[in-house]
Amino acid sequence: MLKKVSKLPFQGTECQAQAFADVIAQYKSDPSQLMTVMQKAQQIYGYLPFEVQAMIADGMDVPLEKVYGVSTFYAQFALSPAGKHSISVCLGTACYVKGAQAILDRITELLGIGPGECTEDGLFSLDACRCIGACGLAPVMMIGEKVYGNLVPEQVEGILAAYRDQ
Amino acid sequence: MALTTVQLDDLRTHALAQMTPGRSGLAMRIVVGYATCGIAAGAKAVIESLRKELAVLGIDDVAVEETGCIGMCQYEPLVEVFAPDQPKITYVQMNAEKTARMVHSHVANGKVVAEYTIGAATGEAAQGEVLPLDSTAFYKKQQRVALRNCGVIDPERIEQYIARDGYQALKKALTELQPADVIQILKDSGLRGRGGGGFPTGLKWSFTAANAADQKYVVCNADEGDPGAFMDRSVLEGDPHAVVEAMTICGYATGASEGYVYVRAEYPIAVKHLETAIEQATALGLLGDDIFGSGFGFRLHIRLGAGAFVCGEETALMTSIEGKRGEPRPRPPYPAVKGLFGKPTTENNVETFANIPQIILHGARNFAATGTEKSKGTKVFALGGKITNTGLVEIPMGTTLREIIEDIGGGIPGGKKFKAAQTGGPSGGCIPESMIDTPIDYDNLTAIGSMMGSGGLIVMDEDNCMVDIARFFLDFTVDESCGKCSPCRIGTKRMMEILDKITAGKAVMEDLDKLEELAYHIKENSLCGLGQSAPNPVLATLRAFRDEYVAHVRDKRCPAGVCKALLNYYVIADKCRGCTACARACPVGAIRGKVKEVHDIDTDKCIKCGACMATCRFGAIEKR
Amino acid sequence: MAEKNIHLKINGMEVEAPAGSTILEAARIIGIEIPTLCYLKEINEIGACRICMVEVKGARGLVTACVFPVAEGMEVFTNTEKVRKSRKGTLELILSTHDKNCLSCVRSGNCELQKLCKEFGVDDPDYYAGENIRYAFDDSAAHMVRDNNKCILCRRCVAACDSQCISVIGANARGFDTHISSPFDKDLADVSCISCGQCIVNCPTGAIVEKDESAAVFAAINDPKKFVVVHTAPSIRVTLGEAFGMKIGTNVQGKMVAALRRLGFDKVFDTDFGADLTIMEEAHEFLERVKNGGTLPMITSCSPGWVKYCEHYYPDLIAHLSSCKSPQQMQGAVIKTWYAKKLGIDPKHIFVVGIMPCTAKKFENKRDDQSASGLPDVDISLTTRELARMIESAGIYFRDLPDEAYDNPLGDATGAAVIFGATGGVMEAALRTAVETLTGEQLASPDFTEVRGTAGIKEATYHVAGMDVKVAVASGTKNARVLMDKIRAGEADYHFIEIMGCPGGCVNGGGQPIQHAVVRNFHDLRSMRAATLYEADKNLPLRKSHESPAIKMIYEEFLGEPGSHLAHEVLHTSYAARPKYR
Repeated sequence: MLKKVSKLPFQGTECQAQAFADVIAQYKSDPSQLMTVMQKAQQIYGYLPFEVQAMIADGMDVPLEKVYGVSTFYAQFALSPAGKHSISVCLGTACYVKGAQAILDRITELLGIGPGECTEDGLFSLDACRCIGACGLAPVMMIGEKVYGNLVPEQVEGILAAYRDQ
Repeated sequence: MALTTVQLDDLRTHALAQMTPGRSGLAMRIVVGYATCGIAAGAKAVIESLRKELAVLGIDDVAVEETGCIGMCQYEPLVEVFAPDQPKITYVQMNAEKTARMVHSHVANGKVVAEYTIGAATGEAAQGEVLPLDSTAFYKKQQRVALRNCGVIDPERIEQYIARDGYQALKKALTELQPADVIQILKDSGLRGRGGGGFPTGLKWSFTAANAADQKYVVCNADEGDPGAFMDRSVLEGDPHAVVEAMTICGYATGASEGYVYVRAEYPIAVKHLETAIEQATALGLLGDDIFGSGFGFRLHIRLGAGAFVCGEETALMTSIEGKRGEPRPRPPYPAVKGLFGKPTTENNVETFANIPQIILHGARNFAATGTEKSKGTKVFALGGKITNTGLVEIPMGTTLREIIEDIGGGIPGGKKFKAAQTGGPSGGCIPESMIDTPIDYDNLTAIGSMMGSGGLIVMDEDNCMVDIARFFLDFTVDESCGKCSPCRIGTKRMMEILDKITAGKAVMEDLDKLEELAYHIKENSLCGLGQSAPNPVLATLRAFRDEYVAHVRDKRCPAGVCKALLNYYVIADKCRGCTACARACPVGAIRGKVKEVHDIDTDKCIKCGACMATCRFGAIEKR
Repeated sequence: MAEKNIHLKINGMEVEAPAGSTILEAARIIGIEIPTLCYLKEINEIGACRICMVEVKGARGLVTACVFPVAEGMEVFTNTEKVRKSRKGTLELILSTHDKNCLSCVRSGNCELQKLCKEFGVDDPDYYAGENIRYAFDDSAAHMVRDNNKCILCRRCVAACDSQCISVIGANARGFDTHISSPFDKDLADVSCISCGQCIVNCPTGAIVEKDESAAVFAAINDPKKFVVVHTAPSIRVTLGEAFGMKIGTNVQGKMVAALRRLGFDKVFDTDFGADLTIMEEAHEFLERVKNGGTLPMITSCSPGWVKYCEHYYPDLIAHLSSCKSPQQMQGAVIKTWYAKKLGIDPKHIFVVGIMPCTAKKFENKRDDQSASGLPDVDISLTTRELARMIESAGIYFRDLPDEAYDNPLGDATGAAVIFGATGGVMEAALRTAVETLTGEQLASPDFTEVRGTAGIKEATYHVAGMDVKVAVASGTKNARVLMDKIRAGEADYHFIEIMGCPGGCVNGGGQPIQHAVVRNFHDLRSMRAATLYEADKNLPLRKSHESPAIKMIYEEFLGEPGSHLAHEVLHTSYAARPKYR
């Protein structure tokens, strides 16, 4: 799937810049740590926009294209910021066999966004993920760190409403 | 400070006492399953309740510990109670309230709450009776080698691993065996790679050992990407030291001084436990320079994946460790010659490594006593889908699928009929009912058109459409294809389009031939294992369930009632009471009928939303 | 240490191949060409296109001949039914994603994919037709157009770009969405592409092509108000013939001049004149820098790809670049000033066309500070390939043309200028003039063989007039990077460096005729083409720029001395740092 690149202007803080500089200082001597640096940068900034990737390229002394190529290869790297609450619906086999697609469809219907997208108010982002390893509870979804198991589509609306009210 | 062999043994004696109720002043030991699935099911509340109630009662000689996956996912959260001279008691599906009651009854007064125990939950125990976990049908046929410590020890405490003979195999290898001896033991054991391919592990190690180089590597593949398989996660979460020990042994045997564990980033607990394990082992000198004074040194590093299934392929994994797009490289050169950073490398997966300390410690013959002629030992399966007992099971090679599904798995819920079992994930195939008595081993599974794979075993019943399942797996491989070689990049996409046509009722019979032709082309011409096996789910279902494909194509019908485009909703005349509820619910006015008369659905108008079916209180609407 | 040879059988025939050979190389020994699409020796051995599949007895499936090493006793079959079916199937799949607009594609007839489809009888190009992503054209760069709809993802362009240490294009996204693009899918004009065109000459299809400007040239020729002057770079004479099926390295200077006349150019000049002029100015500039403590080492500036590279990647070292314009621009500048005045034509009616081995020249002629007359020194810069297509479309029988001579005086040149086309040539030409200027004596031999050859970096030290002159020559920006890093680190003690952007210099430029990978993998185009240039130099009566009568004339009539105020105004330029990304 082609990743969406955020059009929002990038805003980094001093504090983020310092944290990022520390990461570069720790890893710049080892080019094989590019992905580690990207993972840490994503932890710091939430996603990897052009400005952040350019800093990584400079810091690690690799061409920007190599950073971008990696960022678009692996599903984990985000090119646009996630919503305040990120929803991942597991589409692993066990979940799929037990009806995970219907859960995903229901969320899409309720939020008006598909996988890989974020609601306009920035509240929810949605992703379909592969097996989070909670197959015994299939079908499962995660909102932030919280796991919801043994789902049926009817539950979805109530679960999302609770986050809206937060 | 590096541990000596004598100190290791002393530590074992001491730690064992610490873990044994009745010794070292411990009255009882309570263990909570605290792996991903346990936590997801609410283990945190359980452990908090345990601690709170024990404090309320002023009990301070009871240890509360976290452990890895006990294996019965749908019964989580699990709590196990160990008391002196008693079999352990397994409580299932616990919550805060139940825990409080258990503490007050069992811990404080010695009265087991039988209705919360496993036997009551599975219905195998008579009322009031307590059935030990290993007497349940789920456990009886299992034999735990790779999972021997999962659900038993606290994975974040190295002393508990040592108490269970941890690092004894490393001690034996470094102090009693030559590298060649280690490899010979592995060869004799018949251990084959548990990651899918089934390549003999001893042979693999010998290839790397034979190549002289200034630097060699050991790589542990923990990029368990197969959706529906989570045994590697369980081992890393529940017994990380087993992997650390085995990799160090591998380093010794093959002449490598550095190791990398490549773990999925989606497994944060596994990563944390592994980090802790490496720190602890390093602190004790079980990693680092001059281990046990042998002169041999070994260091371990962790690298996180970032969400690419193809990185489970060994060359792609190494490319990824090097910090690049995880694209596979052509072989030869094989990793044993030119692997990670261009150096000779041995790569095995987590489960393979988890077997190795046991083999070194107890000998090849002991290991080989279990299993079939060409597949020795046990195999862990992640049991999921339409099956009563979901979870992790470790069974001797040669167990039949029927035993797994009916005995261990407790059969199909809801009285539904078994249709097929899928092994090997997106690279494997479906095993139809006619093959259910096949003893499971590498070669048998390959012979019936599936594969062992990493060990996902998903059960499907009559409600699952096999074309839809094939499409599901293909959708996965299309998404996960790295895009490097043309047959996989383009071919899987074109196969997917044909399957879309089939499930949409737009295909013609020639499309089935083209699908098959394309499937074989991709298998034969793709660069790596992902592409070479991507068509398997389609080919396997085409072989065993061709009639279902034909029904979709020729009759425009989905026999299992899954493929939306081919479904129509009908009113069952006998059941319809003419209440008009469905007609009112229908958003497009497709339902006609007068009050108290049988209604009728205009299939041309119907948009198949299912509102009528959801509304009907009499079960008078069916889709077929 | 040579290992012993391996014995194997290919299609039943005994073959003896050096250990470490691939099946592809072994088959070549007995005259069998195994088709490939992605394979480029040493730089792109990725086994991705799956066209070179062959059967090996005992192997589990088909194997990839381009990377699979031969083994003792191996039995290989390269043309079985299974192999042919495999290749056809893969071609059908590739075609299902390929924009098959072949009729007017510039690579039609010279497309590696088209050739294979014909050879393997792909009769239904839509056999596996399906959904495709429609990619936007990228024509943002001055020199080339990228059309991903024709891309087959062989990644040869990426390998070429990586081997230049540029890496502004690469494989992005994954699976079916994989595509070649710049980071964040930016336009090529907005990244630090140096316009070298090495991606173009390595592309098997029409996915990457030079920006064709021949229509503007035809229009100028057909405009009676325009006085259209063409000049051809040193290397064109040894490469143009390849576009007409002639042997690699054939010198077609005479036919080329004849063809240009038949195309309707008013004057046909030789950029070699500009090259001799460059030497005069550059040697002077070098001696001045040595005398006056200027920035050393001085680095040549003839190669616009290299100059752009320096501006993007080493902006702090721009002062090392010679301020001399390149021969193309000097030639144009002189045509629109001195020559225009001589003929009495208003330079605004003069249209100058350069025929160049180079795509970066299309960038160069549009640079700032390249307009001595107030008008662009060169109006259009065409590659060798565009010229070949013009000759073809004008219906000129190139192979049958008589040899004709350049027009005077700007068609007059020395051997020093001819060798500009090969790596080391500029250095050698400059040395011929600089040494004689310094010593005031005639060189015993004009040959400086130390700086010849296709090695990526060459170094030499010459003892001249009491001083040691240390020189270095690099071709390909990957090698340039090595020298530049040395300079940046203060570890370089060279006086003079020649850098060419393309590996091997202009003979291997990004504007040269395309040779298929099967040719490139087994022939060293660089040395084959360069050999003809050195041959031409050897056979010329005058081999030092300062001996050229035309050069003497322009200084006498117009410029005065090398490095004079006027020479600076007409023949020198300036540079500016460029950002890596916009």
